Amino acid sequence: MKAADGTPLKKSLERSLRKEKLRALALIAPLLIFVLVTFVLPIGTMLTRSIDNSIVADILPRTVLALEDWNEKGDELPNEMVFRSFAEDFQDAIADKNHTKIGSRLNYEVSGMSSLFRKSARKVKKWDLTDDAPIKQKLIKVNKAWGDVETWAVIKTHSVTFTNGYFLNAVDMQRTPFGAQAQPENKQVLVKLFIRTLKMSLIITGMCILLGYPVAWLLANLSNRTSNLLLILVLLPFWTSLLVRTSAWKVMLQNQGVINDLLVWIGLIADDSRLEIINNQFGTIVAMTHILLPFMILPMYSVMKTIPPSYLRAAKSLGATNWTAFWRVYFPQSVPGIGAGSILVFILAIGYYITPEIVGGTDGVFISNRIAYHISSSLNWGLASALGAILLGVVLILYWVYDKIVGIDNVKLG
Amino acid sequence: MNLSKLLITTTALTLCAGVASSQDMTIVSWGGAYSKSQLKAYHEPYSEKTGVNIINDDSSAEAVAKLRAMNEANNVTWDVVDVVAADAMRLCDEGLAIEIDHDTQLAPAPDGTSASEDFGDLIVSDCFIPQIVYSTTFGYRTDLVGDTAPSSVCAVFDLENYPGKRSLEKRPINNMEWALLCDGVAKDEVYNVLETSEGQDRALAKLDTIKDSVVWWSAGADTPQLLADGEVIMGSTYNGRLFSVIEEQKQPVAMLWDAQVFDLDGWIIPSGLSAERQKRALDYIYFATDTQRLADQAKYISYGPARASSAPLVGKHADLGIDMAPHMPTDPNNAKNTFLYNYEFWADYRDDIDAKFQAWLAQ
Repeated sequence: MKAADGTPLKKSLERSLRKEKLRALALIAPLLIFVLVTFVLPIGTMLTRSIDNSIVADILPRTVLALEDWNEKGDELPNEMVFRSFAEDFQDAIADKNHTKIGSRLNYEVSGMSSLFRKSARKVKKWDLTDDAPIKQKLIKVNKAWGDVETWAVIKTHSVTFTNGYFLNAVDMQRTPFGAQAQPENKQVLVKLFIRTLKMSLIITGMCILLGYPVAWLLANLSNRTSNLLLILVLLPFWTSLLVRTSAWKVMLQNQGVINDLLVWIGLIADDSRLEIINNQFGTIVAMTHILLPFMILPMYSVMKTIPPSYLRAAKSLGATNWTAFWRVYFPQSVPGIGAGSILVFILAIGYYITPEIVGGTDGVFISNRIAYHISSSLNWGLASALGAILLGVVLILYWVYDKIVGIDNVKLG
Repeated sequence: MNLSKLLITTTALTLCAGVASSQDMTIVSWGGAYSKSQLKAYHEPYSEKTGVNIINDDSSAEAVAKLRAMNEANNVTWDVVDVVAADAMRLCDEGLAIEIDHDTQLAPAPDGTSASEDFGDLIVSDCFIPQIVYSTTFGYRTDLVGDTAPSSVCAVFDLENYPGKRSLEKRPINNMEWALLCDGVAKDEVYNVLETSEGQDRALAKLDTIKDSVVWWSAGADTPQLLADGEVIMGSTYNGRLFSVIEEQKQPVAMLWDAQVFDLDGWIIPSGLSAERQKRALDYIYFATDTQRLADQAKYISYGPARASSAPLVGKHADLGIDMAPHMPTDPNNAKNTFLYNYEFWADYRDDIDAKFQAWLAQ
């Protein structure tokens, strides 16, 4: 079959469709590029940092090569050739001012590497490596740590370009010459924090559902005038700075704070046994529930708004009690709103960091507080990325589980 | 207006803006009263002298991470950065700050003493230009500690005589030293003990005795607020913060200078600046760290100038009119028993001990 201009119909159709497709693509291009550049790319680079370990092999290439034949599990030091390669690499690194970088990198694994590299550089810098004098004794004389098998084992263990070391650290394990091993017990904290983060986020989500549902119901069922006023009351804190609200909770909950003062004044508690309701898990749960509540109320409200009131009236006219009418007729229709709100609140809660930092004390802090520490204080970005990647993975798994149980189609924002 | 005209005008405007901004210099510092003291003592006279417009950025708390990110993106927007000495060392190690020749690039003292001699061993890193000496020390509520005011840092660990909450910084640095000191370790042995795993356990065990009575802080403003609210009876923070609680806000708080830990704060110049910007940054540094300028800063905040030659020039507080010398952490009366932050030690052990400290906190 041919089109009017003589070309085959199939071809002509394809051509006009392609034009349509191109135009559609051009229309979404700005958004697509924006998402790629500001979202996919940074997260992608973040994820690669968690396994990227090229720094050791880049700065000490000859040493890494020479160490290949050495047995890091034994108790014999590497041979003269390794020491010579290392001295050469080290001098190059000093010239490029890279030697302290590698010291910092290895110091994450074993304390003392940072100053070992920094201090040794002052002497090694001046060495003349052109003669064949033995290096081994000379280097050990500079610092006896170079005579420890452990020092070389660390370099070899962490010389791979792609490492699982950061991920192991993120789950309280470590990469050793003898494979993955658990961290000493007095350094294990991250798994505990992951579990605490999940547990507390679930509690906060649950609290938001309990407190938010009646409010959303009121908003959806009162007259427009009253419900608008209520809506403003819900939104007002939403528009207030997060820090201000968190600090306000501090004023409310602290030992000499408003709530304790009030309870002492009405005689419910004695002055010397004031309640501990801040700088612990309780404080974090209260403050975060308050901060995240609007994210629960708004989707619930917009879903409830679409439920016709006549359904309830119909149920009642058919003989249902108030409770049955609510539970069998109204509630099932409002579930998509709860679902949407829960996902929002839970995912926001799991990544929260500033509120737990301010009101969490010691047992109310989240894994994000550790991520922030490793990003801004310890500069161990590899570990921070691994922690972030695990958190992302956990959220995706939970999302999948949620989809299996509740069904993602059963989520509505209105 | 047609399009080409519009384009020409906007381009011209952008160029003008570009020219103007070449006279702008971004200086990063801590904000609050501290930045104000720098504004008065350094920025204003410098702008007046050279016409350079100084832009303040209060990002010093995240300076190391941000500089690293800027460096990776090849777009360093900061000209001069105020950091604590430990951060200066890390920036130097990472190659993120330029090395300084203190004698040729900084002003000598008025009597001709070279800068490196004037600063002495406060130059703890090749990249670091010292500015002030501050200390982390304790303040206590005079009305809440009973009849005998504490005179030793060990009062912090003495729940019997000083019951009540105390605030400590949520990190191992300083706390571990104080714990060992009060557990009977001699002062010059502290770091040898802390190097060992047993020593670290010992310090944590000592901290464990007061764990339930500690409020942990992470911002310097926390302890002053907690003291003012009566939430804690004593707490550690920077001495300048306590000065402002005591002298400016007139709270019933007193200083416990015992075992104060000296630390340094100063400037670094980021690496990766254009030659022109680097030259200007160095020019600013030369001006802002001379003897008179460092002494001037002490008029606005109670931190000690880092130059030996500045100390005799320290005068009265600009607003309160009180003598500043007795409020300096370096004053002989305050400095009877002091620590100097051990940079080498904490550069090595910070990650390891911090992991243990956090695990202990989470127990």
